[in-house]
Amino acid sequence: MPKLSATLTLISSVILGIGGVWIAYNVDMLPLGASMNAPIYDELYRVLFIIGSILFIGMTALVIYSLIQFRRKPGDTDDGINLEGNITLEIFWTAVPAIVVLFVGLYSYDIYDRMGGMQPLMHDHSAQMDNQAERLWGGIGSGPIETASSNNSSSLPIELTAMQFAFIFHYPKEDIITGELHVPLGKEVNLKMESKDVIHAFWVPQFRLKQDVIPGQPTILNFTPTKTGNFPIVCAELCGPYHGGMRSNVIVEEQEDFDTWLRENSKETV
Amino acid sequence: MTISLEPRNSPPERLQPTGWLKYLSFSLDHKVIGLQYLVCGFLFYLIGGSLAGAIRVELTSPLSDFMPREVYNQVLTLHGTIMIFLWIVPVVNGAFGNYLIPFYVGARDMAFPRLNAVAFWLIPPSGLMLITSYFINGAAQSGWTAYPPLSITTPAAGQIIWILSVLLLGGSSIFGGINFIATILKLRRPGLKLMQLPMYCWAMLGTSILVVLSTPVLAGTLILLSFDIVANTGFFNPSLGGNVIVYQHLFWFYSHPAVYIMVLPAFGLVSEILPIHSRKPLFGYTTMVFSIMGIVVLGLVVWAHHMFTSGTPPWMRLFFTIATAFIAVPTGIKFFNWVATLWGGKIALNGAMLFSCGFIINFVLGGITGVALAQVPFDVHVHDTYFVVAHFHYIVYGGSVFVIFSSIYHWFPKFTGKMLNENIGRLHFILTFIGFNLCFAPQHWLGLNGMPRRVAEYDPQFQLINQISSLGALLMALSTLPFLWNIFQSLLYGEEAGDNPWNALTPEWLTSSPPPVENWEGEAPLVLEPYGYGRRDSIETQEQKK
Amino acid sequence: MTSIVPQEQSSESKKNLSTEEHEDFRLFGLIAFLIADGMTFAGFFAAYLTFKAVNPIGPDAIYELELPLPTLNTVLLLLSSFTFHRAGKFLEKDEAKQCQRWLLITGVLGVAFLISQMFEYFTLPFGLTDNLFASTFYALTGFHGLHVTLGSIMIMIIWWQTRIQHGRVNKENKFPFEAVELYWHFVDGIWVVLFIILYLL
Repeated sequence: MPKLSATLTLISSVILGIGGVWIAYNVDMLPLGASMNAPIYDELYRVLFIIGSILFIGMTALVIYSLIQFRRKPGDTDDGINLEGNITLEIFWTAVPAIVVLFVGLYSYDIYDRMGGMQPLMHDHSAQMDNQAERLWGGIGSGPIETASSNNSSSLPIELTAMQFAFIFHYPKEDIITGELHVPLGKEVNLKMESKDVIHAFWVPQFRLKQDVIPGQPTILNFTPTKTGNFPIVCAELCGPYHGGMRSNVIVEEQEDFDTWLRENSKETV
Repeated sequence: MTISLEPRNSPPERLQPTGWLKYLSFSLDHKVIGLQYLVCGFLFYLIGGSLAGAIRVELTSPLSDFMPREVYNQVLTLHGTIMIFLWIVPVVNGAFGNYLIPFYVGARDMAFPRLNAVAFWLIPPSGLMLITSYFINGAAQSGWTAYPPLSITTPAAGQIIWILSVLLLGGSSIFGGINFIATILKLRRPGLKLMQLPMYCWAMLGTSILVVLSTPVLAGTLILLSFDIVANTGFFNPSLGGNVIVYQHLFWFYSHPAVYIMVLPAFGLVSEILPIHSRKPLFGYTTMVFSIMGIVVLGLVVWAHHMFTSGTPPWMRLFFTIATAFIAVPTGIKFFNWVATLWGGKIALNGAMLFSCGFIINFVLGGITGVALAQVPFDVHVHDTYFVVAHFHYIVYGGSVFVIFSSIYHWFPKFTGKMLNENIGRLHFILTFIGFNLCFAPQHWLGLNGMPRRVAEYDPQFQLINQISSLGALLMALSTLPFLWNIFQSLLYGEEAGDNPWNALTPEWLTSSPPPVENWEGEAPLVLEPYGYGRRDSIETQEQKK
Repeated sequence: MTSIVPQEQSSESKKNLSTEEHEDFRLFGLIAFLIADGMTFAGFFAAYLTFKAVNPIGPDAIYELELPLPTLNTVLLLLSSFTFHRAGKFLEKDEAKQCQRWLLITGVLGVAFLISQMFEYFTLPFGLTDNLFASTFYALTGFHGLHVTLGSIMIMIIWWQTRIQHGRVNKENKFPFEAVELYWHFVDGIWVVLFIILYLL
């Protein structure tokens, strides 16, 4: 009998494990990934989804099974068995979650590092680490690993000013001011953001990136788009009555198209 | 030092209101105060629920067309504030804590009955003040988090009233916390050791420690915020040299523990309900106690995971990621222990049991998304989106509110002496469970795909899912009807419950239903094994020997 | 904050009341409250220190705080803690007259602190809304001053209640005395921390 139940437990755990992986690979809840961050993010998401599905389905199954299997028969007024605990079991289910959590923590540290979260901010200005630079805080992707080593001048600096209820982008080299963000494909963009009034947040779901835009506190966000297209920019921090309407677009285009756009708009502003 | 204290100087018996009038009086009886908290909280729940309904109606279409945008923000602010400060916190702490803790420690009342009554009577006026602010000059519209500078720039009157009422509610909460700590640690019946107390006492002890340590910080922060609004100082106003991030740190130093203030007592209540309805001892008492204390300690050092996108240095992000994720360990222990409590029991499928099991399932999902949200790289995508909305509703509604309903089904016979109708109870559970999951499960998808929270208008591609969610909300609203019907029907015509309808061992069942003033006619029973199911005979002989 | 223990309904309940006599835990409750109160100050201190670290005020806005007056204030408060303690010693010995005298001195020291604090406020070169540092300075000292004001009032009440040999506060019923004393020491302790953080650091 104990042998049978052990076998059953083993079989159901294996089914559960496979089921969890199957679900994580077949239920896709994420939007299109369009930045260098996105595949790394999706990898983390998948791992979390696998662990989460196993745990959730397992616990739910246990509860429902107990409710059916151990339901009280009519007329039965006796107590159940007097089982007050089991040290081995309790140690087991303290240790296993601790290990899983530790694994998840280390893994997400690795992901964070690969996204560039641990890169020192403003590496190109390391010489002038004055007060101003110290107060810059970066979001994730403040320097993707592929481009961090390469020449920094290849990145495209853009300044973002957020206000109630719009995003204003400024291209310092060409001195273009626009409400829609145009960026070239495959080039690192360096967004320097500051808010004029209240806290806003710059979020592009397809880039898997978000950073608050804070008054009196410049923040930076780096990203490298990897797909052409038109993606929404969403304000994700309650900023007033028109918060829901504070949306814009980021248009990722081929380098030539982007250059054309730059040229046309510089002409207009000149 | 043992001293004899001055005699009770409350008015003589004949001057105190009797019958239902005593529930409107400044009663010092902990049972009356507990029920006052419960009924008052439930009334606010109905108001908060209507506000949630208004939000869901607005979100059935992608345009802001149901109410003006300013009103929408007021509604969501009021909804959050009412549900947290006037429904869940007062009910899981104040209502059940006041009713049960004196029984559990073998006392005739709380340690400071008058302070207790004051703590309760702070709640209705501040709640009414909060709600009437809507009719005066518009309520606060910066969300329940009241982040500056938004809270400084929105109309001042509503924000100041909001601050005042949250301060009063915080004060009420602190008074309650002090009272619980003193009652549990100091008013225990002689011969009753801490490790023999029912689990709810431990949960309330942990919660009260969190209340006493963290609520004052919120009070201080809100005082500074009110100076910014009224006196034109610049603590959190960047245009005057202030710093908005400092507000967020101080705010979340309270408001993350506030989550544990809402769920730890729920954990305790479930630990009381499950053993009784599955007729088995609570599995792993000692590990349960340690996990509560572990949650209390960790709960105080994880606040900044609410601020991963607001500009925090990398080391801080990592520290708070790891600390937050580790809360899953003690929490996990509790869930495994509960399932082990069910395992091999003789489970009654009644309202109390079903809601508790619904709680376990919902909370596991909320916990999983919680661990995911603790990971910085994951959080930067879904922070401040509907994913977070879904997550915390799984925690506070699927967790705490399910437990509140479970506890009402469980203790209603003790409160009133009447049984509830279990069939209507099951119907209530099924409607609530389906409605809840229909409402909030799709919101995970919404968040992942790009819908931010607190918006009145959104990308039209999300309309269908939002309508499904609103349908779930409608079901949740409807599920309140059988519940209310059940309550009134049972109050008037319910079956007599008798002293101990569940055949339970915890002390509150060893007296009449409803219990007399001072709790017991004779000496308070000494219950050393509140979970001794399966070996009742030996316990009863022990009791008799004493 | 009075605890009520059913004792009067003695005839029928005396036989069964287990909680008839128990420890006086009112001071315990007060300590819990003071911990909570201390956390409010801790929040303010944390805010002040963070502001100082993250938002340094411009060089033109730095105001040097004068030290003599706050040092005098520190001495006043520490002295008052000592005199309160003396008063407690005399209460213990049941010498109401002496106790009352020391209480009066304590109260006067408290009021002197408040006057000196007011004087400092009026002589400072900055006002509440001048800059972040000024605002935090006034918030911290003001919140502490509020505590001193309440404490002084309570000391005066205790002083009034000890005026006769066996008044409301006496050797047998000294909880009000002990409570105010504990509170007063707490307020003094906070001042020392505040003095170090605000004036010396």
